[in-house]
Amino acid sequence: MKRLRRLEEYLFRFLMGLSLVIVLGSLMLILGTMLWRGLPSLSLAMLTQVPKGGYYLGEEGGILNAIVGSLCLAGGATLLALLLSLPVAIYLHTYAGCSRAAHLVRLAMDVLWGIPSIVYGAFAFTIMLWIGLRASLLGGIIALACLELPIIVRGMDEAFRLIPSALSEASYALGATRFETATRILLRQATAGLLTAVLLAFGRGIGDAASVLFTAGYTDRLPDSLLRPVASLPLAVFFQLGTPFPAVQQRAYAAGLVLTVIVLTLSVVARWLSRRLMHHVVR
Amino acid sequence: MGDRPHIEVQGLSVWYGGQQALKDVSVAFPAHGITAVIGPSGCGKTTLLRSMNRLLETSGEVRISGRVLLDGTDIYAPKVDVTEIRTRIGLLASKPFPLPMSIYDNVLYGPRIHGLCRRDNADATVERYLRAADLWEEVRDRLQSPAHALSTGQQQRLCLARALAVEPEVLLCDEPTAALDPISAQRIEDLLRGLKRHMTIILVTHILRQARRLADFVVFLWLGELVEAGPAEQVFNNPCNERTRAYLMGDIG
Repeated sequence: MKRLRRLEEYLFRFLMGLSLVIVLGSLMLILGTMLWRGLPSLSLAMLTQVPKGGYYLGEEGGILNAIVGSLCLAGGATLLALLLSLPVAIYLHTYAGCSRAAHLVRLAMDVLWGIPSIVYGAFAFTIMLWIGLRASLLGGIIALACLELPIIVRGMDEAFRLIPSALSEASYALGATRFETATRILLRQATAGLLTAVLLAFGRGIGDAASVLFTAGYTDRLPDSLLRPVASLPLAVFFQLGTPFPAVQQRAYAAGLVLTVIVLTLSVVARWLSRRLMHHVVR
Repeated sequence: MGDRPHIEVQGLSVWYGGQQALKDVSVAFPAHGITAVIGPSGCGKTTLLRSMNRLLETSGEVRISGRVLLDGTDIYAPKVDVTEIRTRIGLLASKPFPLPMSIYDNVLYGPRIHGLCRRDNADATVERYLRAADLWEEVRDRLQSPAHALSTGQQQRLCLARALAVEPEVLLCDEPTAALDPISAQRIEDLLRGLKRHMTIILVTHILRQARRLADFVVFLWLGELVEAGPAEQVFNNPCNERTRAYLMGDIG
């Protein structure tokens, strides 16, 4: 009996260790592949120039169009999604609480979270056809905002739920309304969690290819209008990997590397920012 | 002591889900002085207290029947503005929860939301209430530092200052010394003793000796029912009810 229990303990420790190796290993593999294959073709020209003629055949140029395009797409979409989801999250936490309506909204958000991004793309495309909008920055922003919305709402909802109810009660007990409590206390206390939610959504948005495929289109020019097509990094990776030229394929890895670095930089900045904003947070 | 009760609870019953926490409680709280609500854990002391500033209804599935009269007006009447009730009836919770802002802003939180704070008297307001809570000398040089950096005892006095800053006429205290060390607890007790001249204080406590030290009136609850209420001297020295006597002797609870 005693030996069996010890064996069990060893077995599970081994299995957990194995999982850890698999998870960390695949992360390292991905990063390693990108660095190994992308770094050689990553040049200043690539970051500062738009594609010249014949770029996709291995000629001169860069992916500045996709870098700026992706930042515009994901930035716009995150802003739009944030504006729509903050009131929803506050409503869920402060007004709806544990009611049936709140339960339904949470369920809906979870379902939306699980929907594949190509469906959001198709959905946004249908709406665009309906209102006569062609593939454009605006179309891409709308599609990505739909994709990001449930992520932000659920993330914020969780951030609010971590706040002890006694803190809200302290505010209510002074005669504050729910709105005052939400805006003056809860937002402040949950800053770090809210920022994380926004960042998660931004990361998902900037990395998504399927939802911008029909809605934002692609172009070799820098974005100059909400109503014109824009390039994006995921599609830049997709198109470059699809060419038969090894040199261009290498550039796809470089583009992937740029995408990763953007997301990484943002999360570092956000962490630093949230630490500064957390000065007054009650722990 | 005024003759008319400041707060009067009439036939109050409270259910959490299917469980009844208070059973038809009727009791009057006289104006000024300290009324201690005593009884063992889970007897409904805190529920009774939270019914008086309508904080009960913020916590999920609660059903309330009966009336709570503040100066003769039912605070559960449909047209009553709940924020006004909570402005008139302050709360000192058992665990201090400073708001996520500076010491200075904590004190001004109430006055600001009620529009009572003008720019030219803000500093004076902060000083006045920090002094009233006996905290001024300790924090006068660091008013802008975060409130959560204070010790637990100081936080509780800050919470008191914050509550006093909206000038309530009633102060509900929910085991206000439960989280504190004996010296901090002593200071809170001294403050309450000083405040009772101007306001009605209702003190929930499970520390009998604290109730003996502070109370002018005593309300004894047992399993959600009111057993006995009366002047402290009478309840402590000559209780009418057998259960009160047993509780005070330490035989039950």
